[in-house]
Amino acid sequence: MLKIENLHARIGGKEILKGLSLQVKAGEVHAIMGPNGAGKSTLGNVLAGRPGYEVTEGTVTFDGANLLGMEPEARAAAGVFLAFQYPVEIPGVNNTYFLRAALNAQRKARGEAELDSVEFLKLVRAKVKDMGMTPELLNRAVNEGFSGGEKKRNEVFQMALLEPRLAILDETDSGLDIDALKQVAAGVNALRSPDRGFLVITHYQRLLDYIVPDFVHVLADGTIVESGDARLARELEAHGYAWVRERRPAEADA
Amino acid sequence: MMATQPDELQAALSRRYDAGFVTDIEAFSLPPGLDEDTIHALSALKEEPEWMTDWRLQAYRRWLKMAPPAWAHLKLAPIDFQAISYYSAPKNRPKSLDEVDPKLLEAYDKLGVPLHERARLAGVAVDAVFDSVSVANTARDQLAKVGVIFCSMSEAIREHGDLVREYLGSVVPQGDNYFAALNSAVFSDGSFVFIPEGVRCPMELSTYFRINAGHTGQFERTLIIAEAGSMVSYLEGCTAPMRDDNQLHAAVVELVALERANIKYSTVQNWYPGDENGKGGIYNFVTKRGECRGDDSRISWTQVETGSAITWKYPSCVLRGDRSVGEFHSVALTHHHQQADTGTKMVHIGRDTKSKIVSKGISAGRSQNSYRGLVKVGKDAVNARNHTRCDSILIGKQCGSHTFPYVEVKNPTAIVEHEASTSKISDDQLFYCRSRGIGEEDAVSMIVDGFCKQVFRELPMEFAVEAKKLLEVSLEGAIG
Ligand SMILES: Nc1ncnc2c1ncn2[C@@H]1O[C@H](COP(=O)(O)OP(=O)(O)O)[C@@H](O)[C@H]1O
Ligand SMILES: [Mg+2]
Repeated sequence: MLKIENLHARIGGKEILKGLSLQVKAGEVHAIMGPNGAGKSTLGNVLAGRPGYEVTEGTVTFDGANLLGMEPEARAAAGVFLAFQYPVEIPGVNNTYFLRAALNAQRKARGEAELDSVEFLKLVRAKVKDMGMTPELLNRAVNEGFSGGEKKRNEVFQMALLEPRLAILDETDSGLDIDALKQVAAGVNALRSPDRGFLVITHYQRLLDYIVPDFVHVLADGTIVESGDARLARELEAHGYAWVRERRPAEADA
Repeated sequence: MMATQPDELQAALSRRYDAGFVTDIEAFSLPPGLDEDTIHALSALKEEPEWMTDWRLQAYRRWLKMAPPAWAHLKLAPIDFQAISYYSAPKNRPKSLDEVDPKLLEAYDKLGVPLHERARLAGVAVDAVFDSVSVANTARDQLAKVGVIFCSMSEAIREHGDLVREYLGSVVPQGDNYFAALNSAVFSDGSFVFIPEGVRCPMELSTYFRINAGHTGQFERTLIIAEAGSMVSYLEGCTAPMRDDNQLHAAVVELVALERANIKYSTVQNWYPGDENGKGGIYNFVTKRGECRGDDSRISWTQVETGSAITWKYPSCVLRGDRSVGEFHSVALTHHHQQADTGTKMVHIGRDTKSKIVSKGISAGRSQNSYRGLVKVGKDAVNARNHTRCDSILIGKQCGSHTFPYVEVKNPTAIVEHEASTSKISDDQLFYCRSRGIGEEDAVSMIVDGFCKQVFRELPMEFAVEAKKLLEVSLEGAIG
C-alpha cells in the first residue's frame, strides 16, 4: 500500500530524512520509534504533504500512485490520515461542522455522494459510542481550549470518522494518562482491519503494550537503523536508544 | 514542495463581484452641480414643505464654511462636488408593486431582495430604495396595524412632518462633520421608522440600497425612533453596480431610543470595491449615530463590510440615559486596493452606562484596514464600563492592519478595558484543514468565518447566512 524508497527531505535548508525506506502493507501496524529530533514527525508531515518540506531524493507511492505529487487534500481523499502531534486550534469553527466538511470534501473528491446532516449525525452518534468520545467536545470549536488529552482523543475520533486507509499517528500517546492511553489504544485497535495500514509514531514503548505492532522500526538521524517485531520495542525500552547507536557500527562491520 | 509563493497568492486573490450589473431604466436626473438653486430644485421635485427647504439651505450654508476631514488613515483624491448630480429617479413612479417596472424587480431579484409575498412570508418588510426614490414598500399595512411607521424619508417628510421635524438632526446635527452637513443639504431619500410606546416591531425591517445611475451621489438619510419600551431590529443591505468612476455615498443614520427601548441595527454592505488595480468603486462616508436618550435603553450596531473602495464610518452610541447600553459588533474585510477606516465612538454620559465593542478586521491583497475607536466617559458618568476587543487577521504580506484606540475618561469610577490581537491565517491551521481533505479556499473561508463568529451571532439568522456567503465570495482564491 505505502512504499517509501530512499527518501531524502529537507526543512529550513537542513536535511532531516536521509535515505529512508519503508513499506507498509494493508492490514499491518508499523511502529516507528526513535529519539527526539530523529525526524519522526518530519516523516509524517512529508507523507501528509505539509508545505515547507522539500523532498530532494527518493519516491513515495501509495497504492502505486506518486503520493509526493498530490496536494494534501488529495492525499486525504485517497485515504492518508495524519493524527497530529500538536493539533492546532481553529477558533469559532464548530468541531462537528468541521468534521462534516472534511468528510464530505473527501467523499466528493472520491465521487461519492455527500452525507446530509441527518445521515452525518447518525454516523457521528455511532462513532461517539464506539470510541467513547466525549460528545461535549463535538459542540465546541475545533481543539479550542481542549486539554492535551482531549486534543489527542479528538484526533483519534476524526480518524474513526474519516476511516482512512493509512493512518499515521504522531505521538498520539504523549501527554495521556494511563486511562486515556487505554481508551485511545482501544479506539485504534477497533479500527484495525485487513485493508487498513497504520504507522504508529511513538517515543515510548508504553503505547505498544496496548497497540501491539506487527513491525517496529527505529528511526535515528533520518534513516531506519533497525527493524524487528514487537520484541524490539521492549529491548529498546530496556536498553535505551543509545543501545541502537552502539550496535549500528558493529552491524555495519559484520 | 507545496510551499505557496507570495506571487501565486497575489495572483489568486481575484475577487468576483456578483452584483455588478446596470439596470436600463429611464431616469430623471438633475444636471450635475451644487448651489442654492440645486437645493430649491431638489426640494421642489420632492414636494417638500418650506421648513424642509429652509433646513436644507441652512445646512448648505454651514457646509460651505467647512473643510473635508484629513485625519483618517486614507489615500483619497479630492472629490469634485460640482461634477455630481444630486437627484436621480426612475421616470415613472409607481403607486403599487404591480406598477413597478419589471426590470427594476428583476434587478432586485438578482440581488436576492425578497419582495412580493416572499418578503411577508420571510417576515421581512422591504423598503427598497432605487437611487433616490423609494419605489416599493411591502408589509406596510401589517405594520400599520400595530402603529409602526415604516416608509421612505420623503414620504415621512410629507405625511409625518411633526415627527421628522422633532427628531431630524437631533442626533447628528447639521454641522456635525463635513459629510453630515452635505447630506443635510442634499439628502435624497432613505428610511423612516417610528415604533410607538411599548410596541415590539412584529418583523425585521429591511432596506436594500442600490446605487444604479452613474455619476450620482447617494445621500441617504435614515431616522429610526423607538419610543419608551419598544423594540425594533433593522437591517440595511447595500450593493452597487461596477463602474470605472468612483461614486460618492454620504449617508446619515440617526437612531433615537427612549426609555427602555431597544434598537438593533445591522448592516451588510457589499458595495463595489473597485477592481484589482483600485480603479472605480464606491466612496462610502457615513455618519451613523444612535442616542440612548432614555434610561435603560439599548442600541446595538452590527456591521459586515466587504465593499466600497473607501469606507469611512464610525457607527456610534451616545449613552445619555442612566443604565443605557451601547454595542458595536463589526466585521470589515478589505481586499485589493480597498481602504477602510472604521470603528465606533461610545460616549458615556449617564450613570452606570455600559458599552461593548467587538471588531474583527480581515485584510487581503494590498488593502489597508484600520480600526479607530473612541471611548469617552463624561464627568457625570459614574460607574461607566467599556470592553473593547479588536482582532485582525492578515492574508498575504502586502496588506496592512492598524488599530487606533482613543480613550478619554473624566470620571474616576470608570472601567475601560481594551484587548487587541493581530494574526496571520496560520499555515498550521490551513494545513490542518487540508490534511483532512478540505481544499485551500474552503479552508480559508472556514477559518475566517470562525474568526467572525462572535459578530455573525449578532445578525438575524438569514442575514448571518448571507454575510457568510459574502465573505466566501470576497475571499475567493485567497490563499494564506
Ligand atoms: N521548520 C523547521 N525548520 C528547521 N528545522 C526543523 C523544522 N522543523 C523541524 N526541524 C528540525 O528537524 C529535526 C527533526 O524534527 P522532527 O521530525 O520533529 O523530530 P521528531 O518528531 O523525531 O522528534 C529536528 O532537529 C528539528 O529541530
Ligand atoms: Mg515529533
